[in-house]
Amino acid sequence: MINIFNYIERNSPIHKLTGATKLIVMLLWSLGAMVTYDTRILAIMPIISFFLFAISKIRLKDVSFMIGFTLIFMLLNNILIFLFSPTHGVSIYGSSHEVFSILGPYVITWEQLFYHLNLVLKYLSTIPIVLLFICTTHPSEFAASLNKIGVPYSIAYAVSLSLRYIPDIQREYHDIAQAQQARGLEMSKKAPFFKRLKNGAAILMPLIMLSIDKIEVISNAMELRSFGQNKKRTWYTEGRFTKWDIVAITLGLALVVASFVMNYVNGGRFWNPFIR
Amino acid sequence: MSQGILQFVNFSFKYNAQAEPTLKNINLNINKGEKILIAGPSGSGKSTLSNCVNGLIPFSYKGESKGQILLDGKPTDKLSIFEISKYVGTVLQDTDSQFIGLTVAEDIAFSLENQCVEEPELHNRVKEVAELVNIGTHLKSAPSELSGGQKQRVTLGGVLVDNVDILLFDEPLANLDPETGKKAIELIDKIHKKLGLTIIIIEHRLEDVLWRSVDRIVLMNDGEIIRDEEPDKLLAKNILSERGIREPLYITALKYAGVDLNEVRDVASVENIQLSEDAKAKVRTWFNLDVKKDKPVYEETLLEAVDLDFTYESSRREDVGHHALDKINLKVKKGELLAIVGKNGAGKSTFSKVVCGFENHQRGQIFFKGEDISSLSIKERAESIGYIMQNPNQMISQTMIFDEVALGLRNLKLSEEEIKERVNETLKICGLWAFRSWPISALSFGQKKRVTIASILVMEPELIILDEPTAGQDYKHYTDIMNFLKGLIKKDITIVIITHDMHLMLEYADRAVVFADSKVIADDKPSKILTDEDIIKKASLKETSLYDLSLKCGIQEGSAFVDHFIDYERRILEND
Repeated sequence: MINIFNYIERNSPIHKLTGATKLIVMLLWSLGAMVTYDTRILAIMPIISFFLFAISKIRLKDVSFMIGFTLIFMLLNNILIFLFSPTHGVSIYGSSHEVFSILGPYVITWEQLFYHLNLVLKYLSTIPIVLLFICTTHPSEFAASLNKIGVPYSIAYAVSLSLRYIPDIQREYHDIAQAQQARGLEMSKKAPFFKRLKNGAAILMPLIMLSIDKIEVISNAMELRSFGQNKKRTWYTEGRFTKWDIVAITLGLALVVASFVMNYVNGGRFWNPFIR
Repeated sequence: MSQGILQFVNFSFKYNAQAEPTLKNINLNINKGEKILIAGPSGSGKSTLSNCVNGLIPFSYKGESKGQILLDGKPTDKLSIFEISKYVGTVLQDTDSQFIGLTVAEDIAFSLENQCVEEPELHNRVKEVAELVNIGTHLKSAPSELSGGQKQRVTLGGVLVDNVDILLFDEPLANLDPETGKKAIELIDKIHKKLGLTIIIIEHRLEDVLWRSVDRIVLMNDGEIIRDEEPDKLLAKNILSERGIREPLYITALKYAGVDLNEVRDVASVENIQLSEDAKAKVRTWFNLDVKKDKPVYEETLLEAVDLDFTYESSRREDVGHHALDKINLKVKKGELLAIVGKNGAGKSTFSKVVCGFENHQRGQIFFKGEDISSLSIKERAESIGYIMQNPNQMISQTMIFDEVALGLRNLKLSEEEIKERVNETLKICGLWAFRSWPISALSFGQKKRVTIASILVMEPELIILDEPTAGQDYKHYTDIMNFLKGLIKKDITIVIITHDMHLMLEYADRAVVFADSKVIADDKPSKILTDEDIIKKASLKETSLYDLSLKCGIQEGSAFVDHFIDYERRILEND
């Protein structure tokens, strides 16, 4: 229905979890992966996330574009770190075991390679979980889950409204652009960049005017149907909590706890195998 | 008189931004279970009246009020908008924007969610209401998958979940095709009878609302109620047309024929109207009057589509093979006014987009003055074919009128001197000369429409395609716009209008092309099309009440009767 959410309907245990659970686990999971550089934990996380991905019945080809995109991003991230800070690993782990030297400061060390390994593991632990959230949470459930984790419902509903109206605005933009082109507005690559930018503004003005009209209707319609009457509201799409939701959240919590504990045990965010 | 569920007592209202009151000393009593039609030209205050009923005034729109509105005996100024919405359910005009939820079920549930209704009542109630408004099979559909009529039913469901006492419809027919409009009126009637609710319909399309009976018509003009009467009595008078409201066509015809409607029973329904033999004879005599005019014959073909096929990219990709245009063959003759009609999604707008080059057809050819234009770009085609979108706000990108009209010429890099000359010339033709230095935001909807037409005219196209030029306009503005377009024809411009308005097509079009399911199913005189039951059914059109009248009076040549009416009316207008 809506591209950015890319909900894929399958019958799986992951789909059956409530949206709120999935959102909480995703946030916990990302937090866990973010705080620690403990390679032992970072090695377990991708295994679990790949396993979860497998049981969600989401196929790789369903998400191939997003995977490709993040992998390229990961590669770029690694290359840039190496280019700008080739001795980052050495300064973290406090030792230097040279593998071979390329040129000037660009020396490949085991420490640097190990640092990059940790980085890659972080990506591999988070990507599948984020994809899972995006592909198995119905957009309607998203607002309900935000509200459930404590986001005020007016803000949660604003998210839902934007999901509702984004396709409309896209279509509107398309129509307006065509009408403007018919009046000789050059939108193709033939026009120089600044010219195109200026021409884009000619589309924005009607788009904004139409959106303002729309906002008035929507806010009236919402008010006439009791939006804002109470401090709370219920959600039609809110799923029912089952024991699996508790299991999932516990898993997420356990992971965060483990990350923090290991940071404490290691006396810092990094686990250092080089000082043995 | 018993105390009504809704009472206006000496009520006046003035918007803060305006100097004059919009509502003046309104006294109105509506009883429980009544069905009321509020009619009036644009700016007569009927929308303001409805906003006063549902609480948007004073909660969203500020102003000064005098007098009282009593809802079930309680003064509304003591109630919050939430308390008012327990009594009054409002279905707004724009079926698309007021659809709040991501799916049908969520939209219907919206009000209940806000009142913290819990499971399982929430789901049960939504299901129950969805059945009531015939949308039960679409609970999981997104708004983009629904037609205008379906969206309207969802909104109706969304207010019915609240067990309201009064249902308020603000121009419910504005964006619907004729057949869907008819269904909407039937559904409103069904709900009125089944639930015994009080119904208030605000609409200037009188004939379409009267498809099902109403108890009273409240006629507004210039902020005042000038009539509050049973439809039969009101229609017998001439007050509607005097106030710029279009009366049902069969009523006009009966008046032309000299029938005294005060002596006719059940005037308000063409189905039930009780015409005496004498009245029928009068109609037949009138029909035999000779008012025929020589119709111009259009010979030269301006635009021609040959075996045009088009499928949208999304359906191509999914390989569902759904054609948006299926072997379209169509000719537009130079100098004519052609109407393209048919239900939403039948291919009317797609056709004009393909002609303008916004979309590229897969098979077939398009000729303009005999030349194949298939390979021309949007910009190149725009030099001879202008396209005007339904909502002027979709087209206007400048703040000043002059700049907006000059935009296309400036894109052509003409000299500022020539631009000035051509823009001024066009502004004069369009009656906008007096406003030339005004900001566009100060214009009314109809004037904005003129600006968009001017901004296309200035490019000197030979053919103009207009998408629903009169949507949402009252009879006066509608007549203004159409007369203006008629005037353009005299200046050698050919006009194609895409419309749902059966009156427009009857009165103004030389010819009509009917689209249904991506195909052209008819191409004929409007009077022939609107008297052909088979085409009417296939294309979701609405038969004209003139046809029903002709049958009642024993006239066999239905389409000739319709032609006669149009010719007679044109003669009257010309003599004015």
